[in-house]
Amino acid sequence: MPDIIFHDGSIRQDQWFVVPRPENGEPLIIPEQERTLIPVDLWIENREQLAGKKNIGVWFDSHDEPEILADHVNELPLIAVNFPKFSDGRGYSIARLLRERFGYKNELRAIGDVLLDQLQFMKRCGFDTYELRPDKDIRKAAQSLNFFSQGYQAATDTDLPLFRRRAS
Amino acid sequence: MYVYDDHDRQMAAERVAQFRDQTARALSGELTEDEFLPLRLQNGLYVQRLAPMLRICVPYGMLRSAQLRRLARVTRDYDKGYAHFTTRQNVQLNWPALEDVPDILAELAEVEMHANQTSGNCIRNTTTDQFAGVQSDELVDPRPYCEIIRQWSTFHPEFAFLPRKFKVAVNASEKTDRAAIQVHDIGLQIIRNEAGELGFRVHVGGGLGRTPMVAPVIREFLPELDLLTYLEAVLRVYNRYGRRDNKFKARIKILVKALTPEVFAEKVEAEWAHIKDSPTRLTPEAIDHIQSYFTEPAYAKVDNATALLAQQRFENREFDQWLQNNVDTHKMSGYAIATLTMKKTGVPPGDVTDKQLEQIADLADEYSFGEVRVTHHQNVVLADVRQDRLFELWQQLGPMGFGTPNLNTLTDIICCPGGDFCALANAKSIPVAEAIQRRFDDLDFLYDLGNINLNISGCMNACGHHHVGSIGVLGVDKKGQEFYQVSLGGSSQHDASIGKILGPSFARDEMPNVISKIIDVYVNKRTDEESFLDTYRRVGIDPFKERVYA
Repeated sequence: MPDIIFHDGSIRQDQWFVVPRPENGEPLIIPEQERTLIPVDLWIENREQLAGKKNIGVWFDSHDEPEILADHVNELPLIAVNFPKFSDGRGYSIARLLRERFGYKNELRAIGDVLLDQLQFMKRCGFDTYELRPDKDIRKAAQSLNFFSQGYQAATDTDLPLFRRRAS
Repeated sequence: MYVYDDHDRQMAAERVAQFRDQTARALSGELTEDEFLPLRLQNGLYVQRLAPMLRICVPYGMLRSAQLRRLARVTRDYDKGYAHFTTRQNVQLNWPALEDVPDILAELAEVEMHANQTSGNCIRNTTTDQFAGVQSDELVDPRPYCEIIRQWSTFHPEFAFLPRKFKVAVNASEKTDRAAIQVHDIGLQIIRNEAGELGFRVHVGGGLGRTPMVAPVIREFLPELDLLTYLEAVLRVYNRYGRRDNKFKARIKILVKALTPEVFAEKVEAEWAHIKDSPTRLTPEAIDHIQSYFTEPAYAKVDNATALLAQQRFENREFDQWLQNNVDTHKMSGYAIATLTMKKTGVPPGDVTDKQLEQIADLADEYSFGEVRVTHHQNVVLADVRQDRLFELWQQLGPMGFGTPNLNTLTDIICCPGGDFCALANAKSIPVAEAIQRRFDDLDFLYDLGNINLNISGCMNACGHHHVGSIGVLGVDKKGQEFYQVSLGGSSQHDASIGKILGPSFARDEMPNVISKIIDVYVNKRTDEESFLDTYRRVGIDPFKERVYA
C-alpha cells in the first residue's frame, strides 16, 4: 500500500489502483472492489456508467488535455496527473486548468516521477495529494511543501500576486 | 535601480537555503545526477569542460558598485580572481567548486544578487537596452517592465519545467534595438497606439541556435496592464504544446513556425481570454510602485560642455577617438553615456579581473551615481557621466584596460568562451577573436569602416550571436578538426535579419585573411557613407564569395 503525502504534510496510506491504458484492441478491465483510476479518455467514453461512482477516478497523462473533461470534472472523486518524468512540466498546466478553468473541487493527486524538489510547485498549481516515488524519503519530502514562505505570482493557491499584497 | 524589500529578501534567503540542502543531497548521493541537474542549472551551475561554471544573474544588466565589489571578492575567495561578462548581460565564474556554490550564493544574496534561472528550461533573465533611461529617443524607461517580468517569472510554479529555455527582451527605443528583441523567444517593443496609450508590440518565436529565426509579430498592440496575463498565456501554450521529444526542436520558435504565427496567435488569444481579467492583471499602482525605483539620479543643472570638449579633443587625438566612438549622447544636457570596452587585444572578450571589477566600482561611484550596466556586447556602461569630467575619466581608462576606442567597430567582437572553457563548444573562439583584433590594429582604418558587428560562436548554440553579426563566425567540428564557417548580413536591430552562409568553412589560421578579403570587397563596393550591412544588402553575397574563394 503506497504512502501518500497529504496537503497538510501528513502521511497516510491511501491506495488508488492505477489502471494502465489497455493495449490496442484490449478491453478496459476495471477491478471489482478497488478504488481505481482509469485513463481519462476511457472514462469519457464510458461516462454514463461511471459518473458519480465514488471508487472510480481518472488519471491524466502529461499529453492529455483537461478540456476533454471540461464541465464533468466534479463528477469525479479523484483526478490524478501523471508526471512520466519529473522534468516534464505539462502536468502543472493541466492542474491549474482543472482547478482554475474548470473549477475542479475534489482531490487532485500527483503520481509518477514525483520528487521532493517539485512538491511546492505542484502544491501551488492545485495538487493536494502526492504519491512520492517509492524509493525516496517520504518523511523528508513531506516537510518541503512550504519551503518557500510566499511566492511572487498568483496561482491556484492564492489570488494575490505579490504586487497586490504590497499594495494592500 | 530596484532595491529588495522584505519579501524579496526573504525569498532570496529561502532560495539559498533550498540550494544548500539540494547540494548536500547531491553530494551525499540522495539526489541522482539526473535529478540534481535541473536544480543546479536553475541556480546557474553548469558542469563544464574544466570545472563547474556559475552564471550569476544581472537583472537587465544593472549593477551597483557594492555588487561589483562583492563579485570581485567572490572571484578572489572562490575562484581564480576573474569573471566573464556574458552576451546576455550576466556574469560567469569559470572555476567555482560545487560544494562552495551555496556559500557563494549566500554572499551574493547579501548584496541582492542571485543566480536564479540563469540556466535550465525555464524563464531566464529578462534583458533590455543598456542605455535605458538615459537616451532621448525612448518612449519610457523599459527597466520597470523588466523588473515586473523578473518578479513574475521568478520561481513561477507552472513554468519551471518548460520544453526548453525561454528568454524575454524589452526595447523602448523607436530608432535602435540594442536588446535584439526579434531574436528572443518573446520580444516586447514598447509603443503607443493611435489613442496614445502605452503598450507592447509582441514578437514571439525568434532565436538563434541551430534554427535561427526572426520573431514574427503575434500581437500588434498589447495594453500595458495586460503584460503579465498575456505572457502567462504565451507560456502556457508553449508549456502544453512545445515539443519535448527532441531537444533541438523544443524552442518556442519551432512551435510558432509549425503552427504558423497566425494559428499560434489564435491559441494564445483563446487562452488569454480566460485569464486576462485574473488577479495577475497589473494595476497602475503596481507599475507606479516599481517605477518609483527607477527615478532619475540627482543630476546637476549644467550646460553641455561643448567648448571644453572641443578643446580637449583638439589637443588630444586619442581622447578625440575615444569620445567619438565610446561616448553616446545623454538625454540630460551636460551629461554623456560612456562605454568601457572589455575588448583589449590579448584579453578574452568580456573577461575582467577582481581588481578591474573594483576599479569599475570606483569609477561608478566617482562618475556615475554608483551604477553600471552590462551590455550584451560584453562591455560596461557608465550611463551618467558629466561631460566636463569625461577627460579625467578617460585618462584613467587606458591604464585599466577599458579605454580601447573600438566600440561598435570590427574589433568590438562579441565572443563566447568557446572551446577554451565550454563543454558544448566544437571549436575555440577566443583565439580567432584575438587574431582578428591583431590584424586590424589601425584605428583610423577601423573608424573608416564604421559600424560592423563581428560575432563569434564556438558552436551552433550561438552564445556569440553569430547569426546576427554583420560578419558571423561559427566554429564547427570536422572529423575532430576545428573549422570556421563565415556568414554575412546578420542584424539584431529593428531591421533584424539572419546572416547567410558564405560557403565552405576555413581553418583557424586562415581567418584573419578571410576577414580581410571580406573587408576589401566592402571598401571597393561601398558608396559614400554606406555601412557594411547596407553595402551587403545592395550587392548581395556573390562579390564576397568570389573574392574569398578566388
